[in-house]
Amino acid sequence: MWMIGPLGFAAPLILLALVALPVLWILLRAVPPAPILRRFPGVTLLLGLKDEDSETDRTPWWLLLLRAAALTAAIFGFAGPILNPTPADPGSDAPLLIVMDGSWADARDWPRRVERAEMIAENAGRAGRTLALIRLTDAPQAPQFQAADALMPRLGGLQPQPFAPADMARWIAALPSQAFDTYWISDGLAHPGRADLLAALQTIGTVRVFETPRPLLALRPVTFQDGAVQLTADRLPAGSQSEVEVSARGLDPAGIERELARATLTFATGQTTAETALNLPPELRNRLTRFEISGQRHAGAVTLTDDSLKRRKVALIGGGAGREGLLLLSPTHYLEQALAPVADLVTGNLADVITANPDVIVLADIARVTGEEANALIKWVEKGGLLLRFAGPKLAASDIARSEEDPLLPVRLREGGRELGGAMSWGDPKTLAAFPEGSPFFGLPVPPEVSVKAQVLAQPDPDLAARTIATLEDGTPLVTRKVLGQGQVVLVHVTANAEWSSLPLSGLFVQMLERLAISTRPALPEAADLKGQTFQADTVLDAFGAVQAPQGLPGVKGEDLAGAAPGPDLPPGLYAGEDRRVALNVIGADTRLSPAEWPASVPVEGAVAQAEMPLKGAALALALCLLMVDVLAALRLSGRLGALTAALSLLLLAPPQAQAQGADAFAIEATTELRLAYVVTGDTKVDQLSKQGLDGLRQQLFARTTIEPAEPMGVDLEADELAFFPFLYWPVTADQPIPSVAAYGKLNQFLRTGGMILFDTRDAGMAGGTSPESRRLQLIAAALDIPPLEQVPPDHVLTRTFYLLQDFPGRQNGPIWVEQAPPDAAQADGMPFRSLNDGVTPVVIGGNDWAAAWAVDDRGVPVYPVGRGSTGERQREIAWRFGINIIMHVFTGNYKSDQVHVPALLERLGQ
Amino acid sequence: MTSAAAPSSLRARAAALGAALPPLLAAADHLAASVAFGEHGRRRAGQGDEFWQYRQAHSGDAARAIDWRRSALGDVQYVREREWQSAQSVSLWVDASASMSFTGDKSRPAKSDRAQLLALALASLLLRGGERVGLMGDLAPPRPGRAQLERLAAALLQNSIGDDRSGQAKRIAGYTLPPETGEKRIENYPSAPDYGRPEVTGIAPHGRVVLISDFMGDLAGVEAAMAAATDRGARGVLLQVLDPAEETFPFDGRTIFTSMGGSLRFETLRAGDLRARYRARLAERRDRLAQLARAAGWHLASHDTGQGAQPVLLWLYKALEAAL
Repeated sequence: MWMIGPLGFAAPLILLALVALPVLWILLRAVPPAPILRRFPGVTLLLGLKDEDSETDRTPWWLLLLRAAALTAAIFGFAGPILNPTPADPGSDAPLLIVMDGSWADARDWPRRVERAEMIAENAGRAGRTLALIRLTDAPQAPQFQAADALMPRLGGLQPQPFAPADMARWIAALPSQAFDTYWISDGLAHPGRADLLAALQTIGTVRVFETPRPLLALRPVTFQDGAVQLTADRLPAGSQSEVEVSARGLDPAGIERELARATLTFATGQTTAETALNLPPELRNRLTRFEISGQRHAGAVTLTDDSLKRRKVALIGGGAGREGLLLLSPTHYLEQALAPVADLVTGNLADVITANPDVIVLADIARVTGEEANALIKWVEKGGLLLRFAGPKLAASDIARSEEDPLLPVRLREGGRELGGAMSWGDPKTLAAFPEGSPFFGLPVPPEVSVKAQVLAQPDPDLAARTIATLEDGTPLVTRKVLGQGQVVLVHVTANAEWSSLPLSGLFVQMLERLAISTRPALPEAADLKGQTFQADTVLDAFGAVQAPQGLPGVKGEDLAGAAPGPDLPPGLYAGEDRRVALNVIGADTRLSPAEWPASVPVEGAVAQAEMPLKGAALALALCLLMVDVLAALRLSGRLGALTAALSLLLLAPPQAQAQGADAFAIEATTELRLAYVVTGDTKVDQLSKQGLDGLRQQLFARTTIEPAEPMGVDLEADELAFFPFLYWPVTADQPIPSVAAYGKLNQFLRTGGMILFDTRDAGMAGGTSPESRRLQLIAAALDIPPLEQVPPDHVLTRTFYLLQDFPGRQNGPIWVEQAPPDAAQADGMPFRSLNDGVTPVVIGGNDWAAAWAVDDRGVPVYPVGRGSTGERQREIAWRFGINIIMHVFTGNYKSDQVHVPALLERLGQ
Repeated sequence: MTSAAAPSSLRARAAALGAALPPLLAAADHLAASVAFGEHGRRRAGQGDEFWQYRQAHSGDAARAIDWRRSALGDVQYVREREWQSAQSVSLWVDASASMSFTGDKSRPAKSDRAQLLALALASLLLRGGERVGLMGDLAPPRPGRAQLERLAAALLQNSIGDDRSGQAKRIAGYTLPPETGEKRIENYPSAPDYGRPEVTGIAPHGRVVLISDFMGDLAGVEAAMAAATDRGARGVLLQVLDPAEETFPFDGRTIFTSMGGSLRFETLRAGDLRARYRARLAERRDRLAQLARAAGWHLASHDTGQGAQPVLLWLYKALEAAL
């Protein structure tokens, strides 16, 4: 390292290349910019001219300066400049103990810590010191001092652990008595017992500490409150205002994990905690599997979610609703109270709620469901639904499931049920028996005050015992369950209100609902909740927050899991029990981050105010920028920049959105009213004529028929949608461009779906198809889906759709062509015409310049003369009639053609 | 060209010609239709179709010349005279040299396109007026009638497209192409000459001549052609077609200019400095042309391909009408 003031150079010899700069100066001045080769006829006029300024073949001074600066920056960059390089540290010769915390908090910059440890080990090795390495998250054991070479391979493979060091006292006991120095690579957190260990180490030798200044961010377990997911993040140290992004991840419907939502948490200045609420729809919320602070790669920034976020959709259907004022007697009141905070409730009638596809349907004292509803209900249960039924007076009074088992009840019922402890009975109210093993309620404490006064009784069928999951102390079934398809049907033999028993008043009721996976658990499971269950790790987290498959982990007892902190035997992860999953996170609900406090006697490294700052990248970037400016400058000098800027400005100016908006406006305009349309040819005069012509036809239609179109529209075949129009008038000009492939696609679609195009070559068909317009039309129509044509026969439906016509004049009077009639068209009996084709001819082709005959100006006066005198006016009238006939033909289709059959129909009706 | 290569290349050329012909014809017709029909009569009695005047019969008038219907109104015999309509021969020359294929911007047509369009539109107008129109240089002798227009179009396109392979072009360029490598070589070798020189053959005596070119080459050829035409009693019109880039010289920086064929070459280090001098030389050349035209009683106009073709067609028509 070679230093100039605060600047050091990694490869100072490269700076010698700066000597070459003047050579470059001379070289560049000699080479002018490359010429452009242009073909130019006017060169004859240039011959013999001389350039005025002979200096211009030299590169201008500012370009030279620019290039020299670029080169200087490049040389400077390659010399590897570093601002404030760290000096090497002094050594001693006592053995050195490297202490690493090895906790999850180390994971945020683990490679840097390992690098640091390697550097220390190398230095110590060079000084001939022996070394030992301990990781505080390991089981305590006496450190083994060995040569640096032996230690190095271990360092490379070292990984942090996803929990915090705990057993400091045993580490103190395991320390050897010989003297050694300590280098403590700390994770920056105050772990319990750390101060004692530090004191013990300080009595043995000197202690140096390494800490990184990188802030530590951690995410607390999420909770669900007030209908939203509550996110809380901690940071260390408290700095200025900053924002962190938390990403909520889960499985998408295809089963692939992806980010489902994202929230931003803002740390106020000086605060270590930030909170926010994330409002998610239940469907999305139920899919969440974990939250993580984006950009943080350690287990503290990840929090797994278990069932506590899941909200089941529960449909409540009570039988005797509507009794005002007797809220406490309502069959569903207690259920609502128990479920409202922890589940999404759906109410309504049965048919409606089944379509909402809830997870659970609760039928409180409903005996009968109609056949159709029952079928739907069975289908829903078989697909995995849970049907929970409560007994009650109605169920007891009905004759349902008396003689044979009802598919929607787990057992057969005996008539009437029984009453206990009433004024007219001998027995006392019965209490519950302890839940048997194998029951989902196993392990729940049975409160003695719960008593049952009345219940419905199950018939003693062979599988009754197997279906019973809770009994009274005398052995009568209280809750029975049967499996139906993938779902299950559960019957509680008492009412859901306090009428028959005090069960709904007890906490057991809520716990039972939880065990039935109906309601959701509170965020923090109590030991009692988990008692009696064994949990198996489903997924575990490593220190970097990545999900790993568990390997060789034994089952964990529920009571050990509740409220436990992760440790070597209990890695953080998701633990699955019989019917629930519990997440064990690195950061528990009450874990608080506190920074490690080091006494003033301990030197702390890593947090130096002036960090090393390599300038190589910046210098090279500067060199590149200068070279790019040089490119522009060189282009400018050689006169090639003009085309470049023109292209750029074109790119920037083109508004891409305008077209889409235009298309919308066009669609709205075309569809709000019926519109006749013409094809825009690009010839302003022809287009104007088409517009006026269709306007004239429109006025005639308006006056004479019930077809009342709005102003005609021009259609650009390339850009506009044709589907909105029933009819297109297409004047063919000789120099019309051939439509593109896309436009042909639209046109063919238009023709196939019942549109009609009137081609007008405006040449009166005189040239026999050899006029320029006709030839153009042949070219255009070649790619169109047009059926065989024939000259319009005298009995074609066009002759009588509205007016009776013999010819179809426009300004000219030539023949027109329509789709050919089928060869088997037969003359109808007693009719002057054949019963012709059913469809509407997709094209009408002629050259009679109809638009000119139809055209009227703004005052309704014809624009062009037709023929001479009154004969001409008659011809114009016939032209209008033809227009009306053709539009009628478009709209009524084969209606007029079908009139042929009227006599036959009347005859068949016997009239 | 060997006979083996001829049929296929002829077909290819015919197809190429067929592709270009209808649009050019349509565009020319379109352009011609915008110019109103003028009078084509000679404004005196003679052979023709249109009524000119009644005059009293002289002795010597044939009895069948007397218009009996008019004469029956009075005592004097009248003869119905018709306007003398004579057809003129107009010979067109469109420069087909390489320099005409220049365009300074892709959005503008090449000069040759514009020149052909103007020539054909003018021919269309003249043919409608009953004149005989042909191309100089034995390409198409002057004939009347609508069908001549198609022949003219074919000949014009042939002259510009087929130049490469026609014997005429080879004669001028002074070398022949090996037949087997014809297609390939044409890309590299400009076979049309760099600058055009009017052909003086095919000018009808006392006919009219229209020369359309950029007149960038040696003016001696033009002078000679004009002299030859004047010798035959023909007068005419010069139309200089230039690209805007040739008028404004919008170049800058170090540039090597070559002629379209590559036969001329000029290098400059700062093209922008030459602009004023180039334009002065262009103006000088135009003056020279104007002088030539004035001396011979011809008309001269300059047309810029950046502008529409219609005004200059109108001018051509009027100038020719005055010359007729």
